[in-house]
Amino acid sequence: MPRVSALDMPDVPMGQLPEHLQLQRTRVVCKADAPIHTEAIQYSGAYASMGVDNSLRLESFCKNFKIEVIRLTEDEMEFDMIGIDASLANAFRRILIAEVPTMAIEKVLMVNNTSVIADEVLAHRLGLIPLNADPRLFEYLLENDSPNERNTIVYKLDVSCRKGGPRMTVKSDQLKWLPNGSELEMEPPNQSAKPKSYTSFSCSQDSMPEFSKKPLGMKHEDIIIAKLGPGQAIELEAHAVKGIGKVHAKWSPVSTAWYRMLPEVVLLKDIKGDDAEKLVKKCPVNVFDIEDLGNGEKKATVSKPRACTLCRECIRGVNEELVELRRVKDHFIFTIESAGALPPEVLFTEAVKILEDKCDRVISELS
Amino acid sequence: MEHGSLTDLSSSTFSLMDEDHTLANSVRFTLNQDPRVAFCGYSIPHPSDNKVNIRVQTTGDSAKDVLKDALQNLMVMFQHVRTTFDKAVADCKENRPSEHMNIDTP
Ligand code: SF4
Repeated sequence: MPRVSALDMPDVPMGQLPEHLQLQRTRVVCKADAPIHTEAIQYSGAYASMGVDNSLRLESFCKNFKIEVIRLTEDEMEFDMIGIDASLANAFRRILIAEVPTMAIEKVLMVNNTSVIADEVLAHRLGLIPLNADPRLFEYLLENDSPNERNTIVYKLDVSCRKGGPRMTVKSDQLKWLPNGSELEMEPPNQSAKPKSYTSFSCSQDSMPEFSKKPLGMKHEDIIIAKLGPGQAIELEAHAVKGIGKVHAKWSPVSTAWYRMLPEVVLLKDIKGDDAEKLVKKCPVNVFDIEDLGNGEKKATVSKPRACTLCRECIRGVNEELVELRRVKDHFIFTIESAGALPPEVLFTEAVKILEDKCDRVISELS
Repeated sequence: MEHGSLTDLSSSTFSLMDEDHTLANSVRFTLNQDPRVAFCGYSIPHPSDNKVNIRVQTTGDSAKDVLKDALQNLMVMFQHVRTTFDKAVADCKENRPSEHMNIDTP
């Protein structure tokens, strides 16, 4: 936007923002060296002198807020979230990554491991395997709890490679779910005591209605856990519990969740002829297109602004600014890639619920 | 936990345990948009403490009530986000059922 002296500025009726302030408020402008107007103008009285009320109106938020689903598959979704501040969009993202619970293997009881992969490395690998278990059906295993059918899933891995045979690969489908709990016995405290297993299940998990139809297996059957040479063997038991990504990334329910602001590419002047051709060639993702004006005249247009990656190639090293790159501050293109435990749309709903609970908790603490 | 003076209820610092930028930045947003707020901000005194301090100074009302209202507003917004989202997803599933056939079948 060209610089104009304040004295030459057109009059704006009271209660409306002049164009340049409106632009500052709603757009980030990406200059060749750095973006400007990146801050969100949140203060309610920011435009009081112009009679513009910047305070929060819940009705207007509800009216303007929109969500459009762009893509939805079993484990990935993309949607546009329009009319919300970055602080809230970021809160959703942070919760998705760090605070939506899932189940993951936490304890590994090694019985035998003669493979080349060390016990602790193997245990770590097992922890990262996504499990096909709905965390909402489980409870957290608290410090003084004993592991039971409501908070623990037990898997067993017992593989060995035949002597003289070929090497073998151990994949995640060889982890077998033990619905009755641990089969290993703790060392009794004294000779006469009855040996106890590591878990105290009161009933078998596959007799519970929520699991009988959907066994608690692996999300992917073909994850490589280890490789065994002839004569090597692994025997272990893995206990999965509920947790959140803040504690360890293995509990993060998403591969990743991110958003970007909607790009807006504006041509400041009509770009014609050779310049137009040049501009179209510059952009690696073909944001620009050429419109034929007839009688051999050509004009550049912006055809796919959404594809813009903000590489700034089109504004690099130019003397005269022809293109302005902007981002819409309250339009987020949100992508969630689920790791598999829950479908992405459920994850988002869960994330928002967790935030609500947080607010609720603080409110009740305050009163 | 609230730190403030007994005589002046209009400014207080609230110390929330087990919270971080996620909640603090969101409430700061709603607080800032409340016309009764003269100043607000948050800080995390030390990255390895699970604690944030939220400072609220108002033009006269009790800071505690203003913070409570801000949280209440936030909850209303979240509820609206959820219903809008659920509606959008349901619409999407209805209109393009072929793309995500196995989404809900166990
Ligand atoms: S910034 Fe890069 S991607 Fe965006 S329009 Fe310019 S050249 Fe194309």
